[in-house]
Amino acid sequence: MKKIALTKLDELFAAIAASKSLYLPVDTEKGAKYTAWTEGAKLSEATNTVRSAKDFFFPQVEDMASFKVEGKKIEVIDTRKEAEDFVVFGVRACDAKSFEILDSVYLVDPVDSYYASRREHGVVMTLACSRPTETCFCKAFGIDAAEPAGDISCWKTEDSLLLKANTEKGQALLDSLSMLEDAEDTAADAVKAATREIVEKLPLSNLSTDAFGGDKLSALFDSDKWESLSESCLACGTCTFVCPTCQCYDIRDYDTGHGVKRFRCWDSCMYSDFTLCAHGNTRTTQMQRFRQRFMHKLVYYPANNNGVFGCVGCGRCMRSCPISMNIVKVMKTLEG
Amino acid sequence: MREETLIPKIGVVTDIRVDTPDVKTFRVVGLDGKKVFEHIPGQCAMLSIPGVGEGMFSITSSPTNTEFMEFSIKKCGCLTSWLHMMEVGQQITIRGPYGNGFPVESDLKGKDLLFIAGGIGLAPLRSVINYVRDKKENYGSVHIIYGSRSADDLVDYQEIIDEWMADENVKVDLTIDRPQEGWDGHVGFIPSFVEELKPDLSRTVLICGPPIMIKFTLDGLKKMGFEESQVYTTMELRMKCAIGKCGRCNIGNKYVCKDGPVFRFDQLDELPNEY
Repeated sequence: MKKIALTKLDELFAAIAASKSLYLPVDTEKGAKYTAWTEGAKLSEATNTVRSAKDFFFPQVEDMASFKVEGKKIEVIDTRKEAEDFVVFGVRACDAKSFEILDSVYLVDPVDSYYASRREHGVVMTLACSRPTETCFCKAFGIDAAEPAGDISCWKTEDSLLLKANTEKGQALLDSLSMLEDAEDTAADAVKAATREIVEKLPLSNLSTDAFGGDKLSALFDSDKWESLSESCLACGTCTFVCPTCQCYDIRDYDTGHGVKRFRCWDSCMYSDFTLCAHGNTRTTQMQRFRQRFMHKLVYYPANNNGVFGCVGCGRCMRSCPISMNIVKVMKTLEG
Repeated sequence: MREETLIPKIGVVTDIRVDTPDVKTFRVVGLDGKKVFEHIPGQCAMLSIPGVGEGMFSITSSPTNTEFMEFSIKKCGCLTSWLHMMEVGQQITIRGPYGNGFPVESDLKGKDLLFIAGGIGLAPLRSVINYVRDKKENYGSVHIIYGSRSADDLVDYQEIIDEWMADENVKVDLTIDRPQEGWDGHVGFIPSFVEELKPDLSRTVLICGPPIMIKFTLDGLKKMGFEESQVYTTMELRMKCAIGKCGRCNIGNKYVCKDGPVFRFDQLDELPNEY
């Protein structure tokens, strides 16, 4: 375990930013947002960022390839570049877990090279929560807010930042930071206990997942509660947008005037054209689309991933949904 | 950078056959004049015209064809309309092969086979039919029941007449939906035609066609005594990535692009009825 005084945080960030791009949550008018570090940037105290950290590895829009078209001829241009080294600081335990969930989609054969390159070049420095709030329910999915994963885990005590490397990549970064001092391995115990004590008292901490999982497919799919649950869904896709584990994408072509750019962008199963084919649509009603999103997280994903759920309990959908629908309401209604 | 399946290769269209008023069969090779990749019958490829879009198509030629791949494509949307406007020599992009394919080297080996196809549904089955014909020592007899709206809508008609009907190991029964001048063959829908023909219950069945045809044919087969576990079909849903990552072609926890497109009906029974 290493430590640095909180008064010297700027020095730490400057040292990291000297060799790699550094991003951290900074307060803006619209809430906390991951921002590239510049001198004087202040680390947000917010429980979490408005948008998740998935952008770092799975950006909202990215180029895939280009084509030159001339008469009947086509040339394929591989426009990929190896990602540059970067560090993202202040990732919470829930978002750190979401990376594992994205990994099990994008890093399984055939590996997604765009995502893989960013994962290889990114160092994730997590920060344990000190003030989990009433919209947090990571504990329901087996996540410990006081013990976040990542390449380096950090804890904030009253006067210091404690840092522990979990991977070789994390260790290499810590080794390069000469201003760090040694700390006792037990130095974070008190703040961990304080966080866990708050988590215990949170209203959603004991949300049960017993009614869900890969083996509950037909009972849940056929539930008559989907109709009423989805009735007021506007199909805006905000839940998908802010969700750290939503990873569906679209591939589109764009004629630049000098050629064709093929790019991918986030997509949402909540949209009516998501499954639209020339010959028809497999999900014609919003109820079916709504059901797909929650079935994916609570049943289909666990069925394919040894029971791990596709939700990390970050609570963003709860805060962002314009009609106040969210996964907790869905779970409680289906279960009850 | 590592290999990326999402970045396609170039294919050249070397021949275009007009099969029906809305189906054309395109012959495709790589820039070097050879096959772009090898495949298993029932597998698919992503074809695209840059700037228009990309779509998944079954490879209708058999892997035993060592020279080229063929795609029978029905004009029914934006991309397929563009593909139908192509001339010989046009380049397209191609990537694959994707999907599981039919179990030609395992479960189908040594079996008597019954193929039931409706309209363009013959395209994925033609790959298996020609594969089985080329390797007839490994399979039993072949019975093909094929139907279409009209005689003009039968895909691969010349090949059916010249090659399949001439093959002594193959029995072909054709039908069209409505009577038509110059047609002296069977008239009627496929499900009732199958029931009339009383196919041998020991056959393994491979079926592909419009969803409504599949549904009624399967009901009829079950009534005759066929088990769901001896009937295979191949599915088609909206796809973007073709490798189980973009998230849109799922039926329950299975992705049609990588876990399918070939499924047995007893396997489909375990999945939600959302296809």
